[in-house]
Order: sequence, then structure tokens, then C-alpha cells
Amino acid sequence: MTVLAFAEQRNGKMPKAAYEALSQGRRIADSMEDNLYVCLVGNNVSGLAEEIAACGGDEILMCDSEVFSSYQTETYAAVLTAAIRELEPGIVLMGYTSMGKDIAPRVAERIGAGLISDCTDMEVKGNEIYFIRPMYAGKVFTRVRVRTPVKICTLRPNNFRVDKKQGKGELRKFTAEVPEVRAKVTKIKVQESKRPELTEAEIIVSGGRGLGKAEGFRIVEEVADTLGAAVGASRAAVDAGWRPQQHQVGQTGKVVTPNLYVACGISGAVQHLAGMGSSRCIVAINKDPDANIMKMADISIEGDLYKILPELENQIREFKGRET
Amino acid sequence: MKIVVCIKQTFDSEASISLNETGGIDDQSVIQIVNPYDEYAVEEAIRLKEKYGGEVTVVTVGKENARKALHQCLAMGADHTLLVNDPQLEDADSHTYAVVLSTVLCTMDYDLILCGREAIDTSVSQVPSRLAERLDLPQINMVSHLEIVEGNVKATRDIEGGSEIVESALPAVISVQKGINEVRYPSLRLIMRAKKMAIKTFSLADLGLTMDDVAPYLSVEEYIFPEPRKEGMRLKGEVNEVVTQLIQHLRHEVKVL
Ligand SMILES: Cc1cc2nc3c(=O)[nH]c(=O)nc-3n(C[C@H](O)[C@H](O)[C@H](O)COP(=O)(O)OP(=O)(O)OC[C@H]3O[C@@H](n4cnc5c(N)ncnc54)[C@H](O)[C@@H]3O)c2cc1C
Ligand SMILES: Nc1ncnc2c1ncn2[C@@H]1O[C@H](COP(=O)(O)O)[C@@H](O)[C@H]1O
Repeated sequence: MTVLAFAEQRNGKMPKAAYEALSQGRRIADSMEDNLYVCLVGNNVSGLAEEIAACGGDEILMCDSEVFSSYQTETYAAVLTAAIRELEPGIVLMGYTSMGKDIAPRVAERIGAGLISDCTDMEVKGNEIYFIRPMYAGKVFTRVRVRTPVKICTLRPNNFRVDKKQGKGELRKFTAEVPEVRAKVTKIKVQESKRPELTEAEIIVSGGRGLGKAEGFRIVEEVADTLGAAVGASRAAVDAGWRPQQHQVGQTGKVVTPNLYVACGISGAVQHLAGMGSSRCIVAINKDPDANIMKMADISIEGDLYKILPELENQIREFKGRET
Repeated sequence: MKIVVCIKQTFDSEASISLNETGGIDDQSVIQIVNPYDEYAVEEAIRLKEKYGGEVTVVTVGKENARKALHQCLAMGADHTLLVNDPQLEDADSHTYAVVLSTVLCTMDYDLILCGREAIDTSVSQVPSRLAERLDLPQINMVSHLEIVEGNVKATRDIEGGSEIVESALPAVISVQKGINEVRYPSLRLIMRAKKMAIKTFSLADLGLTMDDVAPYLSVEEYIFPEPRKEGMRLKGEVNEVVTQLIQHLRHEVKVL
């Protein structure tokens, strides 16, 4: 079974989700004893070939032109479709990112393929692949099979290991006919932030209504920065206008799977748990010992967050200082 | 402006999930609601209608009880509603829904199709893009702000670490997310009035579709319930001591620091 991974990139930089798709693709290709093919679309992106090869890419179909300098659903979908038609892969992998969510279903419908979105695990048994994905906000998972010859799968970020494994890294120029763009990206606004993207972060420190006010987030940010962490928020904090919507974690926000999630002044409503319940380690800081989050956290601290967070920041600084 | 909104009835987000006798998800003993993202889509459609005139039609593929969801949309201000209900849709997946919805939409006149970002039950984020592909229309997903500028649509689409401004001619398929608006709560009078309004209902045969046309691409083999998270270590007492314990534990046991 031929395996194709889509090497998502923006401005010549691949998100973590792209490395995860490459690595998972390499693992499947190994078990099928086949090559890992990679589809790379962009402008001046040949520099990524080395990194793609280091993650296991054997043959890289590169569509490199000014036309692809920014992501447009219609042009990128045309290239990916052409690559799939040429290679006839058994499986196509990419990240469940804003780009993956947008392009994968469009391409899937065009080629008549089943698509597993937001996959958290896979089992390869001979020539059959079983996909595991959450439903009902992670309250239940399903094991799913895809009936179509091409199976497309988007991977939930931070759920698949990235390993370094050298592939052949052969770069092949690839071209595809692209249509006139109807829905055109005319501007990209970047929110300057030195903090990692929520969905990719290893550590997240989140604040909720318990902070009491917008300024309360300052201490959350300070703790996050000493840890190199992202800052998240509950819906109550977002709806109060203390944080932008992009920072909301939960059912109507982002789903995250960090190694460490620190919930400060968050009660742990089901809709919040839907977004962070599969974090590897959960720490809760709350003054109410009966809050739901305290009953499911790996470590919970009962007390006033305004006393605990400054002390936490101090002690982290201290040991980080000792380390360097 | 003629706007079609595709909505799905989903389980209440608090609902606990269990299996029925046949091994499927039990949908009898749960409260069902309009998918929260679809409420934003309906609200946006009604605001556009209020501004530019026109009409709003709400379409759903669902069971008999999805009428309740459609009545809610009528109370919010939708003009027409349409339900596709057929026992042959039991195993429907997002491809199936896209086939049915595109068949319905083919017979309609519209300038804009609005959907939600995802359905919170199966959460696949596929139907809007699959539908756009079938209708050969442009798509804009994850939209948190929408404007009509000289007959074109101008949308803000959220991406990692920022946003994109996307402009498109109409018609187009747009999926919306939280942040786009605040959903209104209709008055009791509007709710009562909506209950008397008609809902057009179609079966697959009415639409000229066969079992083969709607055959799903996916098959669910098994449901797996995750182990509930267990209560962990509780720390309480002198602030500097509990923080020291926390850090020790994170460094040496969990090994995340
Ligand atoms: C359809 C739907 C979708 C939703 N989607 C989301 C979502 O995506 N994300 C989300 O988060 N919520 C979501 N919600 C809302 C959710 O139900 C809760 O209302 C919300 O998560 C509560 O936020 P919170 O924990 O910050 O606030 P609260 O529940 O008010 O909790 C505040 C906590 O802070 C503690 N506290 C107060 N002061 C202090 C102090 N000084 N020190 C320490 N602790 C303190 C309190 O003990 C309490 O536990 C959704 C709801 C619905 C209906
Ligand atoms: N059965 C359905 N009937 C009508 N619209 C649907 C249906 N399923 C999904 N949709 C629309 O597609 C959006 C995304 O759903 P999904 O792709 O299932 O996550 C929803 O928010 C609805 O707007």
C-alpha cells in the first residue's frame, strides 16, 4: 500500500502536525514495506526537502511556484488531488489543522474517498488499517474502517510521535493544472506571540473565571512564560472578554493534548474537559476542593491561585536558574 | 438575499453516552439540541436577512424528532424549513449527508449556504466542504466574522496564530464558529407561533435517491469507552511547601519539567 503524506507549510515553515503526519506515514510505509511519498506545495519550498527526508520522506512531489505562495483552498486542493490520482495511494495523511480541516474533505469528496478526521490512533493489521477517533467530545471513541480504496486521515495534533528516520529524500518537480481561485485569501493577519500555538504546545497554563478579572491573566502569563508554555482560557474567561476566542479550550474552542495542562480557577465543566481531558498530566489549582477538575486532576492544589501562582513562578525560576 | 442554513440536531453537550441493545449509540434517553455552531449559522443568516432582506431556509437531515430543532430555528426567525428523514439513513456518514444535502440544494435558489464549523456529536468538520465540492462552489471554513461587500462575501477565517481574510463571489458555502455573533433567545410568543409553522419533509425516494447513492464510506466497527480519569494526588497546606511538592513531582515522577 502506497502511503502519501501532505507536508503542510506556511511561509516555508512546517507546523508540528506536518512532522507528525510524516512520521506516522513512515511507520505505516515501513509496515507495508513501501515508500513514503510526500506532497509539498508552496513557493520556494525546496529547502524543506532535507527536513522531510529526515522524517522519512522517500519521494517528494514538489509543486513549487508563485501561484502557491499563500494557501488557497482551490489551488492546493487541485495539486493534492492530482498527486493522489497519480500515485493512487492506499492512505493519505495530514494534520487536523486549519489547513487540513479545510482541504481534506474537499479532496475526499472529489476523489470519492472516506476521510477519518481528528484521528488519535491507528492500528495497522496486514493490509487493513483501523482508525481510532473521538466522538461526543471524547466521551466515547470509535474504531473505524474506511471502505474506499483511498483512505484519507487527518491526525489530531500532539497525538502521534515524531521520530527521526532518514528517507531517500528524492525531490521530484510536480505540476498540476489549477483553477481560477473563487474564494481568495486576500490578507493574512498574524498575532505576534512568542508563545507556542495552543494545539502544538507541550505545556499549557489556562485560566478561568476564578481569576476574577482580565488583569488576573498576568500571573498566568508569567507562569506560562517561565515554562515556555501556551496560555489557554475557559469559555467563561473568553466570554467575559478577558481573553480572545482563539485561546478558548473546550468543546466550542480548541482541543489540546499537551504533556502538562495547568488549570487555574477553572471548575472543570464537561465542555472544558472536552478540550483538554486527554492531556497527559493535569494539574488543578482551585480553592474549592469539590470542583469537578479537582476530582480528575493528576495533581490538585487546594487554595487561592493568587497565592499559589506567584510562588510557583518563583520556584520554577529558581530551579531553571540552577539548571543553566 | 436567499440564504440556506444546514443544521444538525445533536446531543446536549452534557449528555452521557451509552449504547443501546443493538450496540449503537443510544439516542432515546438524551436531550437533543440544535448543534451549537449551527445556532451561530442560523443567527448570522437572520441578521443578514434583517439587513439586506430576503429569506432564510433551514435544512436538516435527521430523524422525526429533528422537527424540534427546526421549530427552534423558525422561532429565531427562519422562514422555511425542510427535513429529510429516511430509515435508510441510519448509517449515514458525512459523505451521505453531503449527497443528500446537495440533492436538496440543487432544486433550490440561493445566494449563500451557511453551516456550522463542526457537529459536536461526531465532530468531523467534513460536511460543509464536501457539500461545496458537490455543488462546485467556493468554501470558507472556520469563519468568525462575515460581511457582504458589493455583493461579495468578505470573511475572517481563524488559522493557527492568526487569521485570514477571504473574499469570494456568491454563492459560496461558509462554515461559522463561535465569536461570529451572540445567538438570540426567541420570546415565548415566537416559540408558540413557530410550532404552528409547516415543515416540509422528504424521504430519499422523494429526492430520487437510492440506497447506493447514499452508501457511506466509513464503517464503525466498535465503540470504546475511555477509562475515566482517576483522582490523583491532593496537595494542601503551606503555599511554599505544596508548590515545592508539585514541582518535585512534575520533575521526577511525571518528568514534564
Ligand atoms: C454548548 C456549550 C459549549 C461550551 N463550550 C465550552 C468550551 O469550549 N470551553 C469551556 O471552558 N467552557 C465551555 N462551556 C461552558 C462551560 O459549561 C462552563 O460554563 C465554563 O467552562 C466555566 O468556566 P470556568 O471553569 O472558568 O468558570 P466557573 O465554572 O465559574 O469556575 C471558576 C472556578 O474558579 C474557582 N475559583 C474562584 N476563585 C478562585 C481563587 N481565588 N483561587 C482558586 N480558585 C478560584 C472556583 O472554585 C471555580 O471552581 C460551554 C457550554 C455550553 C452550553
Ligand atoms: N445531517 C445534517 N443535516 C444538515 N446539516 C448538517 C448535517 N450534518 C452536518 N451538517 C452541517 O455541517 C456542519 C459540520 O458538520 P460535520 O461535518 O458533521 O462536523 C454542521 O455544523 C452542519 O451545519
